[in-house]
Amino acid sequence: MPRPEMHGVVVIGAGHAGVEAAASLRAGGYSGPVTVVGAERHLPYQRPPLSKEMLADGGDPGALALRSEAFFADRGIVLRHGPAVDVDRARQQVHIAGDRPLDYDHLVLATGAAPRRIELPGRSLRGVAELRTLDDALALRASLVGAGRMVVLGGGFIGMEVASAARKRGVDVSVVELADRLLGRAVSPPVSAAVAAHHRADGVGLCFGEHATELVGDAGHVTGVRTGSGRVLPADLVVLGIGATAEDGLARRAGLATDGGVLVDRWLTTSDPRIIAIGDCAVVCDPATGTRRRLESIQNATDHGRYAAARILGEERPYCALPWFWSNQGALRLQLVGIAGDSAELVVRGDAARFSVFCMRDGRLTAVESVNDPGTHMAARRLLERATPGEAELVAVDYDVRALARRVLARETAVA
Amino acid sequence: MPKVTYVYDDGSEHTVEVAVATSLMRAALRNQVRGIVGECGGAATCGTCHVYLDHSTEEFGPPSGDEDEMLEWTAAPRAENSRLSCQLVPTEEGAHLVVRVPAEQV
Repeated sequence: MPRPEMHGVVVIGAGHAGVEAAASLRAGGYSGPVTVVGAERHLPYQRPPLSKEMLADGGDPGALALRSEAFFADRGIVLRHGPAVDVDRARQQVHIAGDRPLDYDHLVLATGAAPRRIELPGRSLRGVAELRTLDDALALRASLVGAGRMVVLGGGFIGMEVASAARKRGVDVSVVELADRLLGRAVSPPVSAAVAAHHRADGVGLCFGEHATELVGDAGHVTGVRTGSGRVLPADLVVLGIGATAEDGLARRAGLATDGGVLVDRWLTTSDPRIIAIGDCAVVCDPATGTRRRLESIQNATDHGRYAAARILGEERPYCALPWFWSNQGALRLQLVGIAGDSAELVVRGDAARFSVFCMRDGRLTAVESVNDPGTHMAARRLLERATPGEAELVAVDYDVRALARRVLARETAVA
Repeated sequence: MPKVTYVYDDGSEHTVEVAVATSLMRAALRNQVRGIVGECGGAATCGTCHVYLDHSTEEFGPPSGDEDEMLEWTAAPRAENSRLSCQLVPTEEGAHLVVRVPAEQV
């Protein structure tokens, strides 16, 4: 019987999500054409090391490749240099600048997120950097070699990872954060406090409740950051780490529904049934609760990529995956699982050097945040993948989720 | 260059050469070795590059505290010679390592 579809799948975006989608299509037996359109000249690469080892240790950029060139060639996955400029939904075609259009049966948007733009006087001075791509990381690494003082705007994950890497290279570092704590949108206050203590002990200056009003310079190069309180923090390198926004321009131009990212339903499908959006660019809506969520994480990107492939191959169940996340900042290891939400009640177990925060909502465990406590993190992941234990169950074991997870897993094995 | 033989669950083998200072996890991904996921990219944080080291572990020394804790929660059962392959980085030219890849990682 002839195949009813022959144009195949086009994936726009060659990050973790896009590459995982393409690889999973082949692993799942998809036999049509698969094309991944990437905007960068590099072979698709891992992003987490860009703000960590790549800066601190001068790692080899070639070692970051997600897969070898042969992997793509052997599986008939075509890598095309973009950027993709437009999607013609009526014709089911993707336009790439200066190239012939690509036909598709299914389109996967994996366009990611980009550093939040900030309108700041002095923004275009030399020595002002942001970090998104491998080329950004290589440029920042080169700048760190000669830098004496660095100011980071924003106390989020990228900012604090960069701060650690710079300290390892002997650079003086200050972080300017508008809120009164670090990683405020992502973690609970006890974890923020531990992260702040770690960086202070490492020699990082933390300026809370402050924001930059101007980047000052001399002869075209940045020399400092003026803050809202009027003081100037001297700097020969400034890193902007104030968050990221979804890359949804292509989707908007194509007339897809967007709202702070590409809107998708629980099947990761956009307002066009032929188009799926995954990873950092996708805002997943739960029609039952009206909840909308966009996540920037490797786990989200790879799980979305796998699901997109499965969906194209006929998966009918909605997307469901437990979110988890990690950040290494020097010797500090943070691991998060689940979504705490604002109304969570917190229970802390451990000591200052090594602890976990159990986030309870409506009497059930919804998230666990671990500081230098990988065993608890892994146990919590195993547990939360299967169930959300109630307070009584947790109190009975004094929040020893390893014991609880072992019990649940043993029960599973016994049933099997 | 050091050599690594990955033995699959069905008994078949895949031998690759790895550069010194390349982890067995990265070497596996780069050479299309099946059954090693390495979702976190080598930060010893996901537990999806579990292998059984069929060799003297002397070259590597014992797992670190963090690796040891992660190994408690791998998808396939932990054995005495369980390791996270992202933490196994050959340092000797000419070394030949053999690891068994478990049936499941996630």
